[in-house]
Amino acid sequence: MSPAVKEVNLEAVAASYREAAGKVKRRVVVCAGTGCMAGGSLKLVEVLKKAVAEAGLDLTVALEPEAGVKDLHLSKSGCQGFCQMGPLLSIEPDGILYCKVHAEDAEEVVRATLVEGRVVDRLLYVNPTNGTRCRGIGDIPFYTRQQRTVLKACGTVDPEDVREYIALGGYAAARKAILEMSPEAVCKEMLDSGLRGRGGGGFPTGRKWDITRKQPDGKKFVICNGDEGDPGAFMDRSVMEGNPHAVIEGMLIAARAIGADEGYVYVRAEYPLAVQRVRKAVKDAEAMGLLGDGLFGSAFSFRLNVMEGAGAFVCGEETALISSIEGRRGMPNPKPPFPAQSGLWGRPTVINNVETLATVPSIIHLGAAAFREVGTEKSPGTKTFALTGHVANTGLIEVPFGTPLRHIVFDVGGGVTGKDGRPTGECFKAVQIGGPSGGCLTQDHLDLPLDFENLQGIGAMVGSGGLVVMNQDTCMVQVAKFFMHFTQNESCGKCVPCREGTKQMLALLDDITEGRATPETLTLLEDLARNVKIGSLCGLGKTAPNPVLSTLKYFREEYEAHVLRKVCPSRQCKALLTPEIDPSICKGCTLCARKCPVGAIEGTRKQPHRILADKCIRCGACAAACKFEAIKGI
Amino acid sequence: MNSAKTLTIDGMTVEINGEKNLLELIRKVNIELPTFCYHSELSIYGACRLCMVDVEGRGLQAACSTPPEPGMVLRTQTKAVRELRRTNLELLLASGNHDCPTCGKNGSCKLQSLAERLGVTKVRFKAPREEWPIDTSSPSLVRDPNRCVLCGDCVRVCNEIQGIGVLDFMNRGSQITVGPAFRKGLDEVDCVACGQCAAACPTGALLVKSDIDKVHQAIDDPRKKVVIQVAPAVRVALGEAFNLPAGSNVMGQLVAALRRMGFDKVYDTAFAADLTVVEEANEFLQRKTRNKNLPLFTSCCPAWVKLAEQDFPELLNRVTPNDRGFKVEVEHLSSCRSPQQMFGSLAKRVLPVQLGVEREDLVVVSLMPCTAKKFEARRDEFKVHYNPDVDIVVTTQEIVRMIRNAGLSLADLAPESLDAPFGAKTGAGIIFGNSGGVTEAVLRYLAGDLSGSAEGRQILEVVRDEKGRREFSVELASGTVKAVVVSGLANARELVDDLREGRAQFDFVEVMACPGGCVCGGGQPTADDSGARRKRTVGLRHLDVSMDTHRSQENAALETIYKDHLEGRPGSHAAHKLLHTVYYNRKRIQNEALSFSEISGKPRIPVSVCIGTGCHLRGSQDLLRQLLRRAETDEMMEKFEIRATFCMEACDLGPSVHVNDRTIHHATLEDVLERMEEVQDDEPVSMETHTCFR
Repeated sequence: MSPAVKEVNLEAVAASYREAAGKVKRRVVVCAGTGCMAGGSLKLVEVLKKAVAEAGLDLTVALEPEAGVKDLHLSKSGCQGFCQMGPLLSIEPDGILYCKVHAEDAEEVVRATLVEGRVVDRLLYVNPTNGTRCRGIGDIPFYTRQQRTVLKACGTVDPEDVREYIALGGYAAARKAILEMSPEAVCKEMLDSGLRGRGGGGFPTGRKWDITRKQPDGKKFVICNGDEGDPGAFMDRSVMEGNPHAVIEGMLIAARAIGADEGYVYVRAEYPLAVQRVRKAVKDAEAMGLLGDGLFGSAFSFRLNVMEGAGAFVCGEETALISSIEGRRGMPNPKPPFPAQSGLWGRPTVINNVETLATVPSIIHLGAAAFREVGTEKSPGTKTFALTGHVANTGLIEVPFGTPLRHIVFDVGGGVTGKDGRPTGECFKAVQIGGPSGGCLTQDHLDLPLDFENLQGIGAMVGSGGLVVMNQDTCMVQVAKFFMHFTQNESCGKCVPCREGTKQMLALLDDITEGRATPETLTLLEDLARNVKIGSLCGLGKTAPNPVLSTLKYFREEYEAHVLRKVCPSRQCKALLTPEIDPSICKGCTLCARKCPVGAIEGTRKQPHRILADKCIRCGACAAACKFEAIKGI
Repeated sequence: MNSAKTLTIDGMTVEINGEKNLLELIRKVNIELPTFCYHSELSIYGACRLCMVDVEGRGLQAACSTPPEPGMVLRTQTKAVRELRRTNLELLLASGNHDCPTCGKNGSCKLQSLAERLGVTKVRFKAPREEWPIDTSSPSLVRDPNRCVLCGDCVRVCNEIQGIGVLDFMNRGSQITVGPAFRKGLDEVDCVACGQCAAACPTGALLVKSDIDKVHQAIDDPRKKVVIQVAPAVRVALGEAFNLPAGSNVMGQLVAALRRMGFDKVYDTAFAADLTVVEEANEFLQRKTRNKNLPLFTSCCPAWVKLAEQDFPELLNRVTPNDRGFKVEVEHLSSCRSPQQMFGSLAKRVLPVQLGVEREDLVVVSLMPCTAKKFEARRDEFKVHYNPDVDIVVTTQEIVRMIRNAGLSLADLAPESLDAPFGAKTGAGIIFGNSGGVTEAVLRYLAGDLSGSAEGRQILEVVRDEKGRREFSVELASGTVKAVVVSGLANARELVDDLREGRAQFDFVEVMACPGGCVCGGGQPTADDSGARRKRTVGLRHLDVSMDTHRSQENAALETIYKDHLEGRPGSHAAHKLLHTVYYNRKRIQNEALSFSEISGKPRIPVSVCIGTGCHLRGSQDLLRQLLRRAETDEMMEKFEIRATFCMEACDLGPSVHVNDRTIHHATLEDVLERMEEVQDDEPVSMETHTCFR
């Protein structure tokens, strides 16, 4: 054992940080989450620095207690959630949130707000329902309708400054667990809290820990599963990028609970920023004496390794993830044995999802009872969702379990958007929840309180929390096909039902969308889906048929339209479109015939034209060209 | 019966007796669950999903990976179970090329028999097929990924039982396939050609490469005399393919069948096994008395020899540079050729005169239980002027096909006897076919019949055990001999590691690559369970008992051979020339050198200059440049092919230059030119020989 690290004094660190923060008049936080970064927020930071200097303001980027009074502290945060409106820039203590701020706006922000104290109206969020401008997150429905607990610090703290995390009370829960609580007590607190795994399955975290704790003494591991891979989901990414220390603290507490002295953070390699920030956080925590030997003056030691995934979705499955860390091909193994009994290198191992671990410190800090005050009886607490699709406010949200879908889509999300991307009243069709493992929720489920049991009951699942809103223009067969395409690509190929079954389901869905299906196709698809669900080896395969089964259950008539009438009601399946020229409207201008890339339109000038069905490739070029809207059915 | 330790299977109460999984337990009550990926000797894989059973309260579970728990209620025949099995099988049938009539596994394929058993007469799925190239690069095996059901048995056998690991999965999802790394061929990687992968393969994805056509061609050629030697293990397994019980001896019928099919003479490899015993026992005695180069590792198994050449070069020969180039000394691996190759070399020496043909017109065929023998027969060391000692190797599986092809009913043939002189053998030669047999034969030679004493019987019990590694010691005149018998190359690797680390010490080590020895070779008929292994071994033991003589020195034909051809004694110069060999270090990248000489039609003597880091630092680049400059002007240089090669692993002795079959260390331009002048009129060695630098 290496010599004990220095004992950290959390209060002293917090006090010195607060002292330094107190000397700063204003704080400008630019969102450096992935969405805003893609929108140019890093460039914005650089331009801001220059503009601030030109304006003669005294700027600091790192708060140092010994430094004197500064005009401005400029920091970068993790994802602030409102990705739709990024890049985001907030100014404290003014309580201003500017949206869609680009480099060319920097000068005005500095001059108007930072120097003159005025608000730049044009950068404020406009509430689409009443047209009012919202000054800050206190006025924006997207924020006010949420309950941000796990994400609270995400988007305000500087993820690269451990002192700020400590100043907000960070690592006190870990210290409490290590110094004041026995492993049994930690497990009991977690059991009492009713916290359930946020990675999809919803297994009680306390039970998982307690089983692992009871394994014979010896080497044990804690693994943080940061291999978030669902299309459209970015909750874990945002937490790792925005508040990595919460994850580390959660792992420390888990390690204390089960008696582990080593851990791994397994992060997708496709999340370079998360990898970078988690690595920095681990390094800072080590330097601060928050990771290493003899923590907080106790005999407890914990070391943390950061491991990059190699791009396989299946590595989010825990046994595959363990294989991957061990340097083997990421393929799931049969359970039992469960990782709690025999996990990494054959040792008892706890694997928790990022969000789960980030939730842990607050439970230890505030107690199980406080945690239970939010959410439902069986699904306490809050849940983050990645809200995307045909919805006005896409972004990262957090609501208590039990929140009805309607609240999420219409209040937080600002309603469903139509073809033009603007919210419209009546075009909600469905929500796909839980990504490729989940199912869809329909109009009928808008008032269903969202929790683990309810979702399971209707054939969907919380999954990791992707929420894709779909409007009336969405073809549900295409939705099923999209996810099936994803799972058949991402299946590891180990077990027969998943490997071959997903391939065949995709082929059957192809038949349906391309007009080759017969009524038997539907029966076969359903039979196959059921067998893949019960027969597959791991969670990926067992849940892969969910999008098919769920769309079949709720939108069967849509499938039947494809199969029996060879019609796609949402006009998304090109092969089923039958473009025709309405002879009563057609003027014979010949434009369509000239635009047709395959010469499928014939007709003489000033006479109604005709589409040759056997030549037509249904590309829609004719309809787009026609000035008289004479072309129907595409 | 302890009622607390029971569960229910289809309404029957069944006692749990330490079974590791439900599958074992269910099979114990004679319900044969279908499986592809379950193999009692391999790790649990759980991928084929055919053994799923209904566990009350838990739904369908894979029986292979679910441990039995008291009180469980299992159903193996529910609607859901039947549907799932059927669907899985249909999915597999739609997944690749499962065209049975043209498959080498037709008749012994698990997929085929399961489809029949489950009554799958129609596949409801389409078969979107992408063709994978078929790997025919190995002399021993053919790998057809299109027929693979991805059960992973071959991957695990290669990795877990043999410790080789040249096969693994690659790609993801429906693109997944099994093969060697970087899509190389099996002959380009460390495959030892043991064929255990093919033995484990339930379908036709891994098959023994057929040399039947070559045999027919030789027999059809009127100028050729075609003789065949039959390995001991073949006679106790062949019958299985003709519905006879495993272990029954069909040698007499086989001889008759071989003669019907046109072989001119039929001989017994057991004869050569006796010869091997005499040579090897004497080699061992010599080492033991001098207490040098111990332990002696047996060298009968070509798969083991290749593994040693690849991974344990310190067991091979010691090569020390001297003023004449280098000196080769045998290290640990016995220098004896295998019985197959002793037979071949002797046959090609003795038979041309006896049968009145030229060496080139004598075709020696081997009938072996082994796929690696095909590789062994092609080794350069076992050729004389490019003519191999053993021309064609066929396995038991191939001879089964030939016999069927000829329309012969094996069981009904009147037994015939073998031809002289290579038909004579003792019981010691017979037992070469099972693990422990070589050791027992050598012990009989050195110590006499052990079964005479209680102590001896105890030793024999260990030697004849079935475990993958058995250790014992025996008292000889020359002192106590500590011996160990291993089968399965993973066991061999573990043993070598133990020796390297000093955890164990032995005088005599027998290694056979296939678990149980040659009786379970990769070329034997497919056996469904390990029961066949035991029965074949027992069959050989019965044969041994039925023989008149049991010690190799009692083989009378051997005496004549020694007198006429081997200078009258074991280990003689002639014996060394005909019956012994040297080994090559394969622990390096081959065939990746850069050639700088102009392409030329005629064979040239290879000159390889090492440009690895060590030699580069010692000036090999300059040396190479000067050589190439000389080559532009000097006519003599046209006889050479100048190449740059990877590290020769002699960095302390660099620069190293290899000229034909010799290495020059600390080479200067003058040394190299001098050596080139010496050898300019020699025959160029093969690239394989040339690139084995040490």
